[in-house]
Amino acid sequence: MSKDLTLEEPLGRVIVVTSGKGGVGKTTTSAAVGAELARRGHKTVVIDFDVGLRNLDMIMGCERRVVFDFINVIQGDAKLKQALIRDRRLENLAVLPTSQTRDKDALTKDGVEKVLDELRKEFDYIICDSPAGIERGAQMAMHFADEAIVVTNPEVSSVRDSDRVLGLLNSITERAGKTGAEPVKAQVLITRHDKARVDSGEMMTVEDVLEVLAVPLLGIIPESKAVLRASNLGVPVVLDDPSAAAAAYEDAVGRLIGEQIEMRIAADPRRGLLQRLFRRAV
Amino acid sequence: MFGFSLRPRKASASTAKERLQILLAHERSGGGAARPDCLPQLQREILEVIRRHMQIGDEAIDIRMERGDELSSLEINIEFPGKLGVN
Repeated sequence: MSKDLTLEEPLGRVIVVTSGKGGVGKTTTSAAVGAELARRGHKTVVIDFDVGLRNLDMIMGCERRVVFDFINVIQGDAKLKQALIRDRRLENLAVLPTSQTRDKDALTKDGVEKVLDELRKEFDYIICDSPAGIERGAQMAMHFADEAIVVTNPEVSSVRDSDRVLGLLNSITERAGKTGAEPVKAQVLITRHDKARVDSGEMMTVEDVLEVLAVPLLGIIPESKAVLRASNLGVPVVLDDPSAAAAAYEDAVGRLIGEQIEMRIAADPRRGLLQRLFRRAV
Repeated sequence: MFGFSLRPRKASASTAKERLQILLAHERSGGGAARPDCLPQLQREILEVIRRHMQIGDEAIDIRMERGDELSSLEINIEFPGKLGVN
């Protein structure tokens, strides 16, 4: 391949998408952020760290093309080049799928470091999709991170787990252990935000969540039907039809790469009066 | 859900079901090229056989797979150094 157009070194920035709690939108976020970065022209790879429960491939729509995986590369059974799945929609986007093995110890710190070092030479952004929990997979996903996106729902257990994860980012990561190193730059991404429920006092506000967590806000992703649809289709939500969620991810990615974008609370178009009455009655 | 959509029902849900059926059929069968562990071995063996006849490096082999409903395809590309090529 003759790709000498960019003379600049790749940025090689490692960003972990983590949360502690499961089901809050880590993989949806990893896919959307990865796709949006690639669409903006940044060479981006998204890595699935959820060993044993591979799912990023389905959300990205490349599940039928998985041959080798992250663990094969770590164990020397395949070259990184062979395991990377190049996205068919965006030339700057690649996926590194995880293994379905039940052997959790397959993910070694040295192995992960070697793979990340190699990826840093090619990619501007390396998005690490963390598994839920705070066990090995989650620790490995965050260990070498330069930045963290802490995905949080405005709900008590999610906020509590996010706080726990923020503590780990400041204590067990490579940057935390190195004297003089900048700490991991952590930002909160609030997902499944339901403006109507916030307005009626049923859901904590963004300010409530930020007051508790005390870290900067990366964005607010509204509860949106577009997210399930995108998952059904295997398309990152930003590459599917326009939606409030997609627009919110686009803004969040802009902020992630340093643009000043005003925070806005989006929502899918309001239902008609009749539908609202109908829904309330259910 | 309850939306009064006028769109036909053939929405994304049926795509989701089809994708799952194809993928899970492969994962459950656990045999042949669908078995996760067989590909590294397959790759080693192919390299071994070829090396009996010519010199190639570890990077020379590229395996791609496309899992389908009725059939799957396995594409194996092997690059030879120029001097062994046709030219």
